[in-house]
Amino acid sequence: MKFNRRTFIGSAVAASTLSAPMVQAAGHGKPRVVVVGGGAGGATAARYIAKDSEGAIDVTLIEPTRTYYTCFFSNLYIGGFKTIDDIGHSYGTLASEYGINVVHDWAIGVDRDAKTVSLAGGATVPYDKLILSPGIDFVEGAVTGWDLSAQNAMPHAYKAGSQSELLKAQLMAMPEGGTYAMVAPPNPYRCPPGPYERVSMVAHYLKQNNPTAKIIVADPKPKFSKMSLFQEGWNNHYAGMIDWIGEEFGGGNVEVDPSAMTVSIDGDVTNVDVCNVIPAMKAGRIAELAGVTDGNWAPVNAADMSTKADPDVYVLGDASQQGDMPKSGFSANSQAKVCANAVRGALTGSRVFPAKFSSTCWSLIETNDGVKVGATYEATDEKIAKVDGFISATGETAEMRKATYEESEGWYAGITADMFG
Amino acid sequence: MMGRAGLFGLAAVCVALWGAAAIAAESGDIDVGEKIFKKNCKSCHQVGANAKNRVGPQLNGLFGRQAGSVEGFRYSKSLIRAGVNGLEWHADSLSAYIEDPRVFASGTRMSFRGLKDAGERQDVLAYLRTFSDDPSNIPEADPTAEGTDHAVDPEILALEGDPEYGEYLSSECTTCHQTSGSNDGIPSITLWPEDAFVTAMHAYKDKKREHPVMQMIAGRLNNEEIAALAAYFKNLEE
Repeated sequence: MKFNRRTFIGSAVAASTLSAPMVQAAGHGKPRVVVVGGGAGGATAARYIAKDSEGAIDVTLIEPTRTYYTCFFSNLYIGGFKTIDDIGHSYGTLASEYGINVVHDWAIGVDRDAKTVSLAGGATVPYDKLILSPGIDFVEGAVTGWDLSAQNAMPHAYKAGSQSELLKAQLMAMPEGGTYAMVAPPNPYRCPPGPYERVSMVAHYLKQNNPTAKIIVADPKPKFSKMSLFQEGWNNHYAGMIDWIGEEFGGGNVEVDPSAMTVSIDGDVTNVDVCNVIPAMKAGRIAELAGVTDGNWAPVNAADMSTKADPDVYVLGDASQQGDMPKSGFSANSQAKVCANAVRGALTGSRVFPAKFSSTCWSLIETNDGVKVGATYEATDEKIAKVDGFISATGETAEMRKATYEESEGWYAGITADMFG
Repeated sequence: MMGRAGLFGLAAVCVALWGAAAIAAESGDIDVGEKIFKKNCKSCHQVGANAKNRVGPQLNGLFGRQAGSVEGFRYSKSLIRAGVNGLEWHADSLSAYIEDPRVFASGTRMSFRGLKDAGERQDVLAYLRTFSDDPSNIPEADPTAEGTDHAVDPEILALEGDPEYGEYLSSECTTCHQTSGSNDGIPSITLWPEDAFVTAMHAYKDKKREHPVMQMIAGRLNNEEIAALAAYFKNLEE
């Protein structure tokens, strides 16, 4: 994303006033749903509510970017398996075919008493039900020496788009035999296998173009998602290239210096050529501004994704604190459909069916070496609870790994069609 | 992936080359071909006496037939267009198609990874050829063949599904399976006969079909939910 969300919000809050004009609903008297955030959660929720209500509900989708770059498959862009255009999607079909009022602006405040959302452009949008799907922001001070002003020197590339392009450009500019460092995030964070798929894709690129280069990963965790699968793959494909430093060896004791391009891991200072800092995460800022967060995340009710703080405000995807589901695009898409069904039922009296959730995460380790992990979930009184799950096994045949990768391509086509129409 | 122009171009080439290699299918081993058919094709396609359209069209009289032309079968737009533009099924075009259906006809709903071995393709086409020469020679097929790979209690098959519930449940399917029927690595599940859909889902539920995601998804659906999904996907419009 091109904007720096935090500083943008800071300046825009001061500029907006209570006398800003109201955005008129297209048809008076119809119930109004406002969705903030056009990713896997928000775009899916907007599309399903608009599609299934057949015009009975006014749906407004607020999303600042005109082209949305999916975080899922953005590692494959870094590895050279996808172009940046392959992972970019427009909102044109949601507007033209589903009648969704797509507003390209930043939501900068929520007045839950008046039931309105204020936009950076000055408008105020009224709602009957508000769905927030803002993704993640970073916890300030999470990595010593790094803040958002350092994201050009040391990119996070954990919101896809210009950050992904920057990280790839830096990777391609690495000197022969140079060092790529990653500072991995603590739990919980967006896309649990994401940092390790990224390491695999960086290694894939370096093996082709800069085979004497090294990758260092400083990780505050003792273990990570699909760990045995990634480690098997790294040994098979990239022996000697990747140095993973976990919690036990001081991987959580990290400082960076973006101006000197150094990383200190447990006191050892290393000069690096690329430093990919993925800090600790929290719910996207608008959830906090709406007052529906508790700590870093927004607690929700599992049956319909409504927040514990306000039955008319829902939070989907990464920003929600829901229980057992991973923070994944697949999860957000799954939660969005449960939420859409419940919201439609509440506003129009349509049938509401029991919540069912699922998520599967595919990762690519090397060309045609795909792995996956997945689970199904149900709503209990306390949380979204895991029912059943599976994970790829180590030592699978090359044929099966290739089929898994091809399946991930099919999933990408499927979920993006499900989000954007 | 091959675009529209590529498909038509290839179709034209196949028609042109057909004369030169028309005997290809006749040199395969029919008995081996029958085994290959049973293993790879029969879960979706019927052939022989009483063959009906199932997940895929029936295959009697396949050779010389215009692509996308079997009455009563709802084809993808892609195959209908190819047929209208002159694609006929002969040894060469069939061999190219079943080698990798999605490469030959992007947009096909035929969810098959393809037969990579040229000899196997020749054998299975030789077998299918026996159902095209002269219909009076068609051997008796098992009339109870369901075209699927699993036995399901007739009471379960007889359940009438609630399509509205199916539509809600389908949202869990459409994260991966596209409603358009496009098949980019994950099979199409639209417009299947209800009993074939129910049978396939129960085969996953009972872990008779291998696929961890589908075993997990089907595993927690009850009989009514599977019937609801089948009722919904049966009539899904593109």
